Amino acid sequence: MSKIKILTNGLVKENPVFVLLLGMCPTLGTTSSAINGLGMGLATAFVLMCSNFVVSLVKNIIPDKVRIPAFIVIIATFVTIVQFCMQAYLPSLYDSLGLFIPLIVVNCVVLGRAESFAAKNSPVDSIFDGLGMGLGFALALTILGGVREFLGTGRIFDIAIYPESYGALVFVLAPGAFIALGYLIAVINKLKAKN
Amino acid sequence: MAKLESSFKNMVLVLTAITCIAAAALAGVYELTKEPINQSNLAKQINAIKAVCPPFDNDPMADKIESKLPDGSIITIYPAKEGGKFVGAAVETYTMKGFSGYIKLMVGFNADGSINNYAVLQHAETPGLGSKMQEWFSNTDKPSQSIIGKNPGVNKLTVSKDGGEVDAITAATISSRAFLDAVQRGYDAVKDQLKQ
Repeated sequence: MSKIKILTNGLVKENPVFVLLLGMCPTLGTTSSAINGLGMGLATAFVLMCSNFVVSLVKNIIPDKVRIPAFIVIIATFVTIVQFCMQAYLPSLYDSLGLFIPLIVVNCVVLGRAESFAAKNSPVDSIFDGLGMGLGFALALTILGGVREFLGTGRIFDIAIYPESYGALVFVLAPGAFIALGYLIAVINKLKAKN
Repeated sequence: MAKLESSFKNMVLVLTAITCIAAAALAGVYELTKEPINQSNLAKQINAIKAVCPPFDNDPMADKIESKLPDGSIITIYPAKEGGKFVGAAVETYTMKGFSGYIKLMVGFNADGSINNYAVLQHAETPGLGSKMQEWFSNTDKPSQSIIGKNPGVNKLTVSKDGGEVDAITAATISSRAFLDAVQRGYDAVKDQLKQ
């Protein structure tokens, strides 16, 4: 597979959120606004890229029976690094995402890619896969966050489009996440069926 | 390179090695980010004090006092002084009565006990409802919902539903009660200081 193909695979064809339906917990939990979705998506993309790279480097020295705990330790290390850095240099983003950052460890996208891609492919391919999947995840979260923010508060990236009082509050709350995600997946399936 | 066999020795060695390397990496990053994290927390606190207090020229962090309420909770007071004269205080107060529990505020009082300003430091209230605390109670265009300039010792700072003088946030009465509870507790903690 060419590098470009690996990269776009995660972005569109196997988008982790819209197609594989992986990592639903942070997807539904953090996308109350576009900027939160983007922040969470980029944090996950960074972890995914680093963990994919390291896992594929060490795949041959990890005995099969302990590969899952070994992968989890590697992933958790990168997540904690992201958490420290965000707390130090992006405190306002950390305030709104703080609770969900540690949850990247158990995000099944990350472990899923380590297990199904990085453990079988070369380090360079794994970086591209991590980057593609991560950006696909970030893209999906940003779209979902944007839709919810727009319908709920009349803003996108905090820029007012229409007065907030016309917004349907439900889209900012948890049920709106399910509704918006459901419709987005339906639209994407429709588009995919056409091609 | 062939895959390592899953023998007991290999598994123990590999897992030990991985956890050691991970621990070392984390310790390094922790050391690197410790200072910036402390500073950003400190800066947040100082900014909050500056935002809520009348102008001051002392170091409120150095002069802080801890006050104990009758129910045993500890409230931190940061006195603001200008030229050695007491001009007010920022009170870091909290309540557990929020819709999602804990709410932490920084409330600034003038020397006469009236509220100068406040800042919501930490909360987990519902976005779009209870989370409006910061804007709602400081909207001086609507005197019936603003607490700025009111004195908890004179005015009754409870929601109008409970017979008080403050209009609750629409559809977020519990958050509003909790907010005012935190303000009241802050005042209770600081009122002995104000008399001096």
